[in-house]
Amino acid sequence: MKARVFVTLKAGVLDPQGKAIHHALEGLGFDGVRDVRAGKLIELELADGTTDSAVEEMCRKLLANTVIENFRIERVA
Amino acid sequence: MNSAVIVFPGSNCDRDLAVALETVIGRKPHMVWHRETELPAGVDFIGIPGGFSYGDYLRSGAMAARSPIMRAVANAAGRGVPVLGICNGFQVLTEAGLLPGALMRNSGLTFVCRPVHLKVENTQTLFTSQYRAGEEITIPVAHHDGNYQADSDTLARLEGEGRVAFRYSGEVNGSAHSIAGIINDAGNVLGMMPHPERAVEAAHGNTDGRRLFEGLLETVAA
Repeated sequence: MKARVFVTLKAGVLDPQGKAIHHALEGLGFDGVRDVRAGKLIELELADGTTDSAVEEMCRKLLANTVIENFRIERVA
Repeated sequence: MNSAVIVFPGSNCDRDLAVALETVIGRKPHMVWHRETELPAGVDFIGIPGGFSYGDYLRSGAMAARSPIMRAVANAAGRGVPVLGICNGFQVLTEAGLLPGALMRNSGLTFVCRPVHLKVENTQTLFTSQYRAGEEITIPVAHHDGNYQADSDTLARLEGEGRVAFRYSGEVNGSAHSIAGIINDAGNVLGMMPHPERAVEAAHGNTDGRRLFEGLLETVAA
Protein backbone atom coordinates (compact mmCIF):
# COMPACT_ATOMS: atom_id res chain seq x y z
CA MET A 1 0.00 0.00 0.00
CA LYS A 2 1.42 3.34 -1.01
CA ALA A 3 0.58 6.97 -0.52
CA ARG A 4 1.95 9.98 -2.29
CA VAL A 5 2.11 13.24 -0.40
CA PHE A 6 2.34 16.43 -2.42
CA VAL A 7 3.64 19.39 -0.45
CA THR A 8 3.19 22.79 -2.06
CA LEU A 9 3.69 26.36 -0.94
CA LYS A 10 0.50 28.18 -0.01
CA ALA A 11 -0.79 30.74 -2.46
CA GLY A 12 0.83 34.09 -1.87
CA VAL A 13 3.95 32.63 -0.26
CA LEU A 14 6.97 33.78 -2.23
CA ASP A 15 8.73 30.89 -3.93
CA PRO A 16 12.30 31.91 -4.77
CA GLN A 17 13.12 28.44 -6.12
CA GLY A 18 10.15 28.56 -8.46
CA LYS A 19 11.31 31.99 -9.61
CA ALA A 20 14.81 30.69 -10.30
CA ILE A 21 13.43 27.75 -12.30
CA HIS A 22 11.24 30.18 -14.24
CA HIS A 23 14.26 32.34 -15.09
CA ALA A 24 16.23 29.27 -16.15
CA LEU A 25 13.39 28.14 -18.43
CA GLU A 26 13.29 31.60 -19.99
CA GLY A 27 17.06 31.42 -20.43
CA LEU A 28 16.55 28.22 -22.42
CA GLY A 29 14.12 30.01 -24.66
CA PHE A 30 10.88 28.66 -23.18
CA ASP A 31 8.92 31.88 -23.14
CA GLY A 32 5.48 30.34 -22.70
CA VAL A 33 5.73 29.95 -18.92
CA ARG A 34 3.74 32.41 -16.82
CA ASP A 35 4.79 31.24 -13.35
CA VAL A 36 6.57 28.34 -11.65
CA ARG A 37 5.90 26.98 -8.17
CA ALA A 38 8.16 24.24 -6.83
CA GLY A 39 6.95 21.66 -4.35
CA LYS A 40 7.83 18.23 -3.00
CA LEU A 41 6.57 14.74 -3.64
CA ILE A 42 7.01 12.30 -0.77
CA GLU A 43 6.21 8.63 -1.41
CA LEU A 44 5.23 6.50 1.57
CA GLU A 45 5.24 2.72 1.56
CA LEU A 46 2.62 1.93 4.18
CA ALA A 47 1.79 -1.10 6.26
CA ASP A 48 -1.65 -2.56 5.50
CA GLY A 49 -4.35 -0.92 7.54
CA THR A 50 -2.60 2.47 7.91
CA THR A 51 -5.51 4.87 8.06
CA ASP A 52 -6.02 8.08 6.11
CA SER A 53 -6.09 9.99 9.36
CA ALA A 54 -2.69 8.55 10.34
CA VAL A 55 -1.20 9.75 7.05
CA GLU A 56 -2.81 13.13 7.54
CA GLU A 57 -1.27 13.33 11.00
CA MET A 58 2.16 12.53 9.50
CA CYS A 59 1.68 15.48 7.16
CA ARG A 60 0.65 17.86 9.93
CA LYS A 61 3.36 16.76 12.35
CA LEU A 62 6.32 16.56 10.00
CA LEU A 63 5.96 16.30 6.24
CA ALA A 64 4.48 19.76 5.71
CA ASN A 65 4.94 23.01 7.60
CA THR A 66 1.36 24.23 7.57
CA VAL A 67 2.49 27.79 8.31
CA ILE A 68 3.67 28.05 4.71
CA GLU A 69 2.70 24.80 2.97
CA ASN A 70 -0.36 22.85 1.90
CA PHE A 71 -0.39 19.11 1.45
CA ARG A 72 -2.44 16.68 -0.58
CA ILE A 73 -2.50 12.93 -0.05
CA GLU A 74 -3.01 10.52 -2.91
CA ARG A 75 -3.54 6.85 -2.15
CA VAL A 76 -1.98 4.41 -4.60
CA ALA A 77 -3.41 0.91 -4.66
CA MET B 1 24.34 30.66 35.21
CA ASN B 2 23.94 26.99 34.41
CA SER B 3 23.59 26.80 30.64
CA ALA B 4 23.02 24.06 28.09
CA VAL B 5 23.80 23.97 24.37
CA ILE B 6 21.83 21.47 22.33
CA VAL B 7 23.85 19.54 19.74
CA PHE B 8 22.23 17.97 16.68
CA PRO B 9 23.94 15.96 13.96
CA GLY B 10 25.03 18.74 11.60
CA SER B 11 25.20 21.53 14.17
CA ASN B 12 28.39 23.47 13.49
CA CYS B 13 28.20 26.54 15.72
CA ASP B 14 27.74 24.61 18.96
CA ARG B 15 31.37 25.09 19.95
CA ASP B 16 31.32 28.79 19.02
CA LEU B 17 28.28 29.26 21.22
CA ALA B 18 29.85 27.28 24.06
CA VAL B 19 33.02 29.41 23.89
CA ALA B 20 30.99 32.63 23.84
CA LEU B 21 28.96 31.50 26.86
CA GLU B 22 32.04 30.42 28.78
CA THR B 23 33.82 33.69 27.92
CA VAL B 24 30.96 35.83 29.17
CA ILE B 25 29.50 33.81 32.03
CA GLY B 26 32.70 32.12 33.16
CA ARG B 27 31.27 28.63 33.21
CA LYS B 28 31.25 25.91 30.58
CA PRO B 29 27.79 25.02 29.31
CA HIS B 30 26.48 21.46 29.30
CA MET B 31 26.62 20.10 25.76
CA VAL B 32 23.40 18.10 25.36
CA TRP B 33 23.07 15.57 22.52
CA HIS B 34 19.73 15.64 20.69
CA ARG B 35 18.89 12.06 21.66
CA GLU B 36 18.73 12.95 25.33
CA THR B 37 15.23 13.17 26.75
CA GLU B 38 16.05 15.39 29.72
CA LEU B 39 18.10 18.50 30.32
CA PRO B 40 20.70 18.52 33.08
CA ALA B 41 19.14 19.49 36.41
CA GLY B 42 19.01 23.19 37.19
CA VAL B 43 19.65 24.46 33.68
CA ASP B 44 18.66 28.13 33.56
CA PHE B 45 19.52 28.91 29.94
CA ILE B 46 19.29 26.86 26.74
CA GLY B 47 21.11 27.71 23.51
CA ILE B 48 20.21 26.16 20.17
CA PRO B 49 23.15 26.67 17.86
CA GLY B 50 23.56 27.33 14.17
CA GLY B 51 24.54 24.81 11.58
CA PHE B 52 22.79 22.44 9.23
CA SER B 53 21.05 19.98 11.52
CA TYR B 54 20.20 16.79 9.60
CA GLY B 55 21.63 18.39 6.47
CA ASP B 56 18.56 20.65 6.25
CA TYR B 57 16.62 17.61 5.00
CA LEU B 58 12.90 18.17 4.39
CA ARG B 59 13.04 21.78 5.65
CA SER B 60 15.73 23.62 7.63
CA GLY B 61 15.26 22.69 11.28
CA ALA B 62 12.36 20.32 10.60
CA MET B 63 13.99 17.10 11.76
CA ALA B 64 15.81 18.68 14.71
CA ALA B 65 12.54 20.18 15.95
CA ARG B 66 11.20 16.61 16.37
CA SER B 67 14.28 15.33 18.22
CA PRO B 68 13.68 13.81 21.67
CA ILE B 69 15.46 16.66 23.49
CA MET B 70 13.12 19.25 21.99
CA ARG B 71 10.27 18.06 24.17
CA ALA B 72 12.39 18.86 27.21
CA VAL B 73 13.33 22.22 25.66
CA ALA B 74 9.65 23.03 25.03
CA ASN B 75 8.78 22.10 28.63
CA ALA B 76 11.60 24.26 29.97
CA ALA B 77 10.55 27.16 27.73
CA GLY B 78 7.02 26.74 29.09
CA ARG B 79 8.38 27.12 32.62
CA GLY B 80 10.06 30.38 31.60
CA VAL B 81 13.65 29.18 31.10
CA PRO B 82 15.32 31.52 28.56
CA VAL B 83 15.95 29.88 25.19
CA LEU B 84 18.09 31.43 22.43
CA GLY B 85 18.03 29.96 18.93
CA ILE B 86 20.65 31.29 16.53
CA CYS B 87 20.40 30.78 12.75
CA ASN B 88 19.56 27.08 12.38
CA GLY B 89 18.46 27.33 16.03
CA PHE B 90 15.89 29.97 14.99
CA GLN B 91 14.69 27.64 12.22
CA VAL B 92 14.40 24.82 14.77
CA LEU B 93 12.35 27.01 17.14
CA THR B 94 9.87 27.98 14.41
CA GLU B 95 9.59 24.36 13.26
CA ALA B 96 9.00 23.30 16.87
CA GLY B 97 6.22 25.85 17.19
CA LEU B 98 8.01 27.77 19.96
CA LEU B 99 8.14 30.83 17.71
CA PRO B 100 5.65 31.83 14.99
CA GLY B 101 6.34 32.04 11.27
CA ALA B 102 8.85 30.26 9.08
CA LEU B 103 12.29 30.83 7.58
CA MET B 104 12.32 30.37 3.85
CA ARG B 105 14.97 30.41 1.13
CA ASN B 106 16.65 33.85 0.85
CA SER B 107 14.82 35.93 -1.74
CA GLY B 108 18.09 36.46 -3.64
CA LEU B 109 18.56 32.66 -3.68
CA THR B 110 22.19 32.94 -2.62
CA PHE B 111 23.83 32.01 0.67
CA VAL B 112 24.48 35.29 2.49
CA CYS B 113 27.64 35.37 4.62
CA ARG B 114 28.71 38.82 5.81
CA PRO B 115 28.42 41.24 8.72
CA VAL B 116 25.07 43.04 8.66
CA HIS B 117 23.73 46.10 10.43
CA LEU B 118 20.89 45.44 12.84
CA LYS B 119 18.64 47.82 14.67
CA VAL B 120 17.85 46.81 18.24
CA GLU B 121 14.09 47.31 18.31
CA ASN B 122 13.27 46.23 21.84
CA THR B 123 15.66 46.62 24.76
CA GLN B 124 13.13 45.40 27.33
CA THR B 125 13.78 41.70 26.72
CA LEU B 126 15.76 39.16 28.71
CA PHE B 127 18.36 39.23 25.95
CA THR B 128 18.67 42.86 24.86
CA SER B 129 18.78 44.88 28.08
CA GLN B 130 22.42 45.89 27.53
CA TYR B 131 21.71 47.61 24.23
CA ARG B 132 20.38 51.13 23.78
CA ALA B 133 16.94 51.54 22.22
CA GLY B 134 17.25 52.00 18.47
CA GLU B 135 20.98 51.30 18.57
CA GLU B 136 22.53 49.97 15.40
CA ILE B 137 24.88 47.05 15.88
CA THR B 138 26.89 44.87 13.50
CA ILE B 139 26.57 41.08 13.69
CA PRO B 140 27.54 38.47 11.08
CA VAL B 141 24.97 36.39 9.23
CA ALA B 142 25.65 33.12 7.38
CA HIS B 143 22.54 31.49 6.00
CA HIS B 144 20.62 30.32 2.97
CA ASP B 145 17.20 30.13 4.60
CA GLY B 146 16.80 33.32 6.59
CA ASN B 147 13.84 34.86 4.84
CA TYR B 148 11.39 35.30 7.71
CA GLN B 149 7.74 35.01 6.67
CA ALA B 150 4.49 34.91 8.61
CA ASP B 151 0.88 35.76 7.82
CA SER B 152 -0.16 39.40 8.12
CA ASP B 153 -2.01 38.86 11.43
CA THR B 154 1.09 37.31 12.99
CA LEU B 155 3.31 40.12 11.69
CA ALA B 156 0.89 42.73 13.05
CA ARG B 157 0.87 40.99 16.43
CA LEU B 158 4.69 40.75 16.54
CA GLU B 159 4.99 44.46 15.74
CA GLY B 160 2.18 45.53 18.07
CA GLU B 161 3.54 43.58 21.01
CA GLY B 162 7.13 44.73 20.53
CA ARG B 163 8.26 41.22 19.76
CA VAL B 164 10.61 42.18 16.94
CA ALA B 165 13.92 42.23 18.82
CA PHE B 166 16.22 42.91 15.87
CA ARG B 167 15.61 44.29 12.40
CA TYR B 168 18.01 44.41 9.43
CA SER B 169 18.96 47.97 8.51
CA GLY B 170 19.36 47.07 4.84
CA GLU B 171 18.17 44.33 2.52
CA VAL B 172 19.62 40.93 3.47
CA ASN B 173 17.32 38.03 2.62
CA GLY B 174 13.82 39.27 1.84
CA SER B 175 12.44 38.89 5.38
CA ALA B 176 9.01 40.36 6.01
CA HIS B 177 9.37 43.70 7.81
CA SER B 178 13.18 43.12 7.63
CA ILE B 179 12.81 40.91 10.71
CA ALA B 180 16.11 39.47 11.96
CA GLY B 181 14.99 38.24 15.38
CA ILE B 182 11.77 37.78 17.36
CA ILE B 183 10.73 36.79 20.84
CA ASN B 184 7.80 34.61 21.90
CA ASP B 185 4.75 36.04 23.67
CA ALA B 186 6.11 35.18 27.12
CA GLY B 187 9.38 36.94 26.24
CA ASN B 188 11.75 34.12 27.20
CA VAL B 189 12.43 32.62 23.76
CA LEU B 190 14.48 34.56 21.20
CA GLY B 191 15.19 33.38 17.67
CA MET B 192 17.58 35.31 15.45
CA MET B 193 19.37 34.64 12.18
CA PRO B 194 22.52 36.72 12.90
CA HIS B 195 25.27 35.11 14.99
CA PRO B 196 26.02 37.10 18.18
CA GLU B 197 28.45 34.37 19.29
CA ARG B 198 30.68 35.36 16.37
CA ALA B 199 31.05 38.91 17.69
CA VAL B 200 32.17 38.45 21.28
CA GLU B 201 35.96 38.81 21.43
CA ALA B 202 38.24 41.53 20.04
CA ALA B 203 39.80 38.91 17.76
CA HIS B 204 36.41 38.57 16.04
CA GLY B 205 36.89 42.15 14.84
CA ASN B 206 33.70 43.27 16.55
CA THR B 207 32.18 42.69 19.96
CA ASP B 208 28.58 43.84 19.40
CA GLY B 209 27.25 40.36 20.19
CA ARG B 210 28.84 40.23 23.60
CA ARG B 211 26.21 42.42 25.29
CA LEU B 212 23.48 39.94 24.39
CA PHE B 213 25.18 37.32 26.56
CA GLU B 214 25.97 39.92 29.24
CA GLY B 215 22.31 40.98 29.33
CA LEU B 216 21.26 37.38 29.60
CA LEU B 217 23.71 36.79 32.45
CA GLU B 218 22.38 39.80 34.26
CA THR B 219 18.71 38.85 33.94
CA VAL B 220 19.21 35.16 34.68
CA ALA B 221 21.49 35.82 37.64
CA ALA B 222 19.10 38.46 39.07
